[in-house]
Amino acid sequence: MSEADTAKPPLSCEHLLGLLAEMVRIRRFEEKCAELYQQEKIRGFLHLYIGEEAIAVGSMQALTPADAIVATYREHGHALARGVPMDRVMAEMYGKTEGCSRGRGGSMHLFDAATGFYGGNAIVGGGLPLAVGLALAEKMQQRAGIAACFFGEGAVAEGEFHESLNLAELWRLPVLFVCENNLYAMGTRLERSESQPDIHIKAQSYNVPAEVVDGMDVVAVEAAAQRVCAAIRAGGGPALLECRTYRFRAHSMFDPQLYRERAEVEEWKHRDPIDRLDAWMHQTGILHDGDLAAIEAQVATEIAQSVAFAECGHWEPVAEMARDVYAAEGAQ
Amino acid sequence: MTDGTREITYREAIRDAIREALLTDPRVFLMGEDVGRYGGCYAVTKGLLDEFGPDRIRDTPLSESAFVGAGIGAALGGMRPIVEIMTVNFSLLALDQIVNNAATIRHMSGGQFEVPLVIRMATGAGRQLAAQHSHSLEGWYAHIPGLKLVTPATLEDARFMLAAALADPNPVLIFEHVMLYNRSGVLSADAEPVDIRRAIVRRPGKHVTLVTYGGTLFKTLDAAETLAKEGVEAEVVDLRVLRPLDGETLLASVRKTRRAVIVDEGWRSGSLSAEISARIMEAAFWDLDAPVGRVCSAEVPIPYPHHLEEAALPQPAAIVAAAKAALGA
Repeated sequence: MSEADTAKPPLSCEHLLGLLAEMVRIRRFEEKCAELYQQEKIRGFLHLYIGEEAIAVGSMQALTPADAIVATYREHGHALARGVPMDRVMAEMYGKTEGCSRGRGGSMHLFDAATGFYGGNAIVGGGLPLAVGLALAEKMQQRAGIAACFFGEGAVAEGEFHESLNLAELWRLPVLFVCENNLYAMGTRLERSESQPDIHIKAQSYNVPAEVVDGMDVVAVEAAAQRVCAAIRAGGGPALLECRTYRFRAHSMFDPQLYRERAEVEEWKHRDPIDRLDAWMHQTGILHDGDLAAIEAQVATEIAQSVAFAECGHWEPVAEMARDVYAAEGAQ
Repeated sequence: MTDGTREITYREAIRDAIREALLTDPRVFLMGEDVGRYGGCYAVTKGLLDEFGPDRIRDTPLSESAFVGAGIGAALGGMRPIVEIMTVNFSLLALDQIVNNAATIRHMSGGQFEVPLVIRMATGAGRQLAAQHSHSLEGWYAHIPGLKLVTPATLEDARFMLAAALADPNPVLIFEHVMLYNRSGVLSADAEPVDIRRAIVRRPGKHVTLVTYGGTLFKTLDAAETLAKEGVEAEVVDLRVLRPLDGETLLASVRKTRRAVIVDEGWRSGSLSAEISARIMEAAFWDLDAPVGRVCSAEVPIPYPHHLEEAALPQPAAIVAAAKAALGA
């Protein structure tokens, strides 16, 4: 199709290096978070995105600053790829007031008005209706933005998935639904919870165009996202991308992973999106010796700075705890 | 608009309020089940589709969670949605969106985002609609920090609470009791915007305070009339706002009369009436001359037959009896 040609991602050397750097940045950030969790600097739930970075990084390439993002509780990668500053994300992980949600939300609830990041939502499926509403607001105000909603395949079992796809298509709203299918809803494998495990087929019930893409291939994800976003922006209504992926780490830090074989995890690790892009860029001569080391060095510096920023942050005074339960009187 | 001399119903007062909001603010739109072509299941929104068109009067699928959530999203995106849910019983299908999103996002985002959303829903019994259309669950919502709840009982409140709710940057739930829609009267020409932070004394008195809201206001006023004939001057406080509660107005009345009876169509156990009673105990215990009394619905799913439904609900005779008990009579 002609759109596909025009929507080809710009495969410039610089762009590919940028994709690689962003995935490395997210990977190393989360590895640091896991370490900080062991040190009890980060508490609560911590859901790592390691293995799935290609989806956030690839799809964000198709989104503009005018678009709205709704994500899940596994959203560190989305926040970073969207441009929420790493130091503010790290401070949020610590629960400090310098955090992107003032420390109120922690790992699962990253919010950032400046980048249109409408939250990590920790209710499975809970973000889909919000994205529909954000898209409705765009359409009713004749603005050009779209709403991008990330969710796992577990959310497909929730009524909100079905209600939201139906409503978005019925009203022809500009919503990009991105299903990050990592095969396991916590410990429940897809085939054990869905009578029809081919998720993109479900979208057909609602007349929502859907594509399946290899979620371990950042270039493929970007190409698909560019293609469907172009259609959405052209007034084609919502679309769904099913990105097939795998999480390399446990569901959360409390998960002993009794529900999957180690061999399966190892097999998927051979498809690591970072290694894959790195290898391909080497083969094609785009990546030179020292490039990756330079990226790693830059990322290490940024992470060290963000940890220092979080360490120096402040705890919200207890006296301010009730602030923003309601708008301040007279704020209307 | 109402010209001030025409007799109007509660239903028409709400419709006038919605019309005015749509006419004065382009960000306002209405969505819900059958609000458009059908005209609203209680006929509140009749005629609005013709006047404002399908973009601003949106019929939704029967997807409470999605359209309430979409209302939250639209509010985040700069709109001022009015979402209608047919009855409070159906709102349970959207409870996740209301409690986990609407109520939390401002606080959890550190004040970066706000949800200026209005949700209207019918509540209460009296139409023989049985146990899945008749409950008064507003007390549950009153439990939730981040939400505001208002209960218009009078024509003036039906006419003017919506504008105040839309002007409020917080999510506001409006509970309209089903037995009020047909009540009619003349809306005074000088009726004006209302303050949705305050309770109000609907009838002054000095012997006992009757605390109520919404659908039981007129039953309570009837009871006060009966009591007056027997020489008991009951003061009737209409709470109007169930969250945040206006403790000042409530406690001022109780301190004056030294006796209180709470009338609530919700069930007694774990209820709003329990909360009000506790607040009176906490703040005015030494001013009381009698234990706080309560008249609530019987602890049954509301039954279909008329006689059982009436027996299950707070009625004027029971309110009179409770007031007399508080007076030791």
